[in-house]
Amino acid sequence: MTDRALSVVRAGALTTVQDLGRPGHAHLGVPRSGALDGPAAALVNRLVGNAPEAAVLETTLNGCTVRPRSTVTVAVGGAPCRVTVDGRPVPWGAPVRVPAGSLLDVGAADSGVRGYVGVSGGVAVEPVLGSRSTDLLSGLGPPPLTDGTVLPLGTPTGLHARVDVAPQPAPPAELVLRVTLGPRDDWFTPRAVRAFTSRVYRVSPASNRIGLRTEGPALERALARELPSEGVVLGAVQVPPDGRPVVFLADHPTTGGYPVIAVVRAADLPAAAQAIPGTPVRFVAVRRR
Amino acid sequence: MRALPVGDDALLVEVSSGEEAQALHTELLRRRAEGTLSVREIVPAARTVLLDGLADPARLASELTTSEVPPVPRRARAAVELPVRYDGPDLADVAAHWGVSPREVARIHAGTEFSVAFCGFAPGFGYLTGLPQRYDVPRRATPRTAVPAGAVALAGPYTGVYPRSSPGGWQLIGTTDSVLWDHTRVPAALLSPGTRVRFVPVGSS
Repeated sequence: MTDRALSVVRAGALTTVQDLGRPGHAHLGVPRSGALDGPAAALVNRLVGNAPEAAVLETTLNGCTVRPRSTVTVAVGGAPCRVTVDGRPVPWGAPVRVPAGSLLDVGAADSGVRGYVGVSGGVAVEPVLGSRSTDLLSGLGPPPLTDGTVLPLGTPTGLHARVDVAPQPAPPAELVLRVTLGPRDDWFTPRAVRAFTSRVYRVSPASNRIGLRTEGPALERALARELPSEGVVLGAVQVPPDGRPVVFLADHPTTGGYPVIAVVRAADLPAAAQAIPGTPVRFVAVRRR
Repeated sequence: MRALPVGDDALLVEVSSGEEAQALHTELLRRRAEGTLSVREIVPAARTVLLDGLADPARLASELTTSEVPPVPRRARAAVELPVRYDGPDLADVAAHWGVSPREVARIHAGTEFSVAFCGFAPGFGYLTGLPQRYDVPRRATPRTAVPAGAVALAGPYTGVYPRSSPGGWQLIGTTDSVLWDHTRVPAALLSPGTRVRFVPVGSS
């Protein structure tokens, strides 16, 4: 391997390689995958001079520590956290030069869930169906990082951004998700649909890249029969037999047999990726555009 | 045919049978190939076809509900043949459900021409239809924690082949050595919606 590589010293709770994902293969049962907080991943790429499709690291709650074998520019975004190079604090949300052999530590999230580490040249693991994303549902793409993993890096193509710090939205204290009802809202009682769009749910600790699970009022079905499997979209709010809504995120299954009561606006999903367990969630019904 | 809006840029088109869903899927693929339909994903399923990534779902919805869908033409393309050993641990249970001998299960299954109605569950897992309705079987009461790759299985009206080892509740009737999914191969999936499939018995060791 060339010296354009990153050694993983501390993998963290769950750190994966993510890019724009692999849409277009849902008919084969292949999830879309890709960075959960897309704008944050795009920003760190821009800060280090990468193209939008370059692969970044997505961390979960407690960051990660890596050692580049060559001098690189990195930027850390998404969930705000302390960032150090060889123990010295460096800016979060801005391009930072990391000399060859230095230790870059991405600390635990001060707020939010998912951190993004952009590296000049991008993480250059072998793509699968056109994407380097780790897909935790079906196991496509590179496995989650473990201590000692060595990740190849691509060749930097652009200049890093000349900014001191780029503004990023704060992780939500309350998650407000705009939804359009349907396609299966008629499978629920009118009372359940009212509860869904008026009561407060909370983010469940069982949430992951596949779905944002919620705790709150159980939604009562009007139809008890089984729904034949049907295709589901990103942001679909599926209601399993326990009645608690699950918002499908990037690694969601491509078909499902539980009714989808509503679909979350795509623009609201990055905030869902940053909502820590316990965060209040409100589903607000909006008109279809 | 009913077209239900899904979010801001998708449509779930609902039809009344699996055959109609396959016919609609074929027609939508034809329109995409000829350039008259721009869509990111076309996902057929049991009674529906999902169209995701549409610029104007409302217009397509009204157009679809007034248009005729031609039945699926018998394609000249040969069926994919999957060699199979009918040696699954649930073969006797399936035989009991069908009211025939295990050997007869193999004969009926291998004598059926299947087609992939849709994929899901895992990359490359196809839901194959073709068996008459009287051969529907329930899922196992207790799913297995690990079904081996290549297991040929039945549930409801469907036959499926597990592309890799995974938990599963289907009734296992046999085993194939065919590789259903290989992401280094083009195409990665041996079976995709519309593929015709035949199971060819090979000597059980």
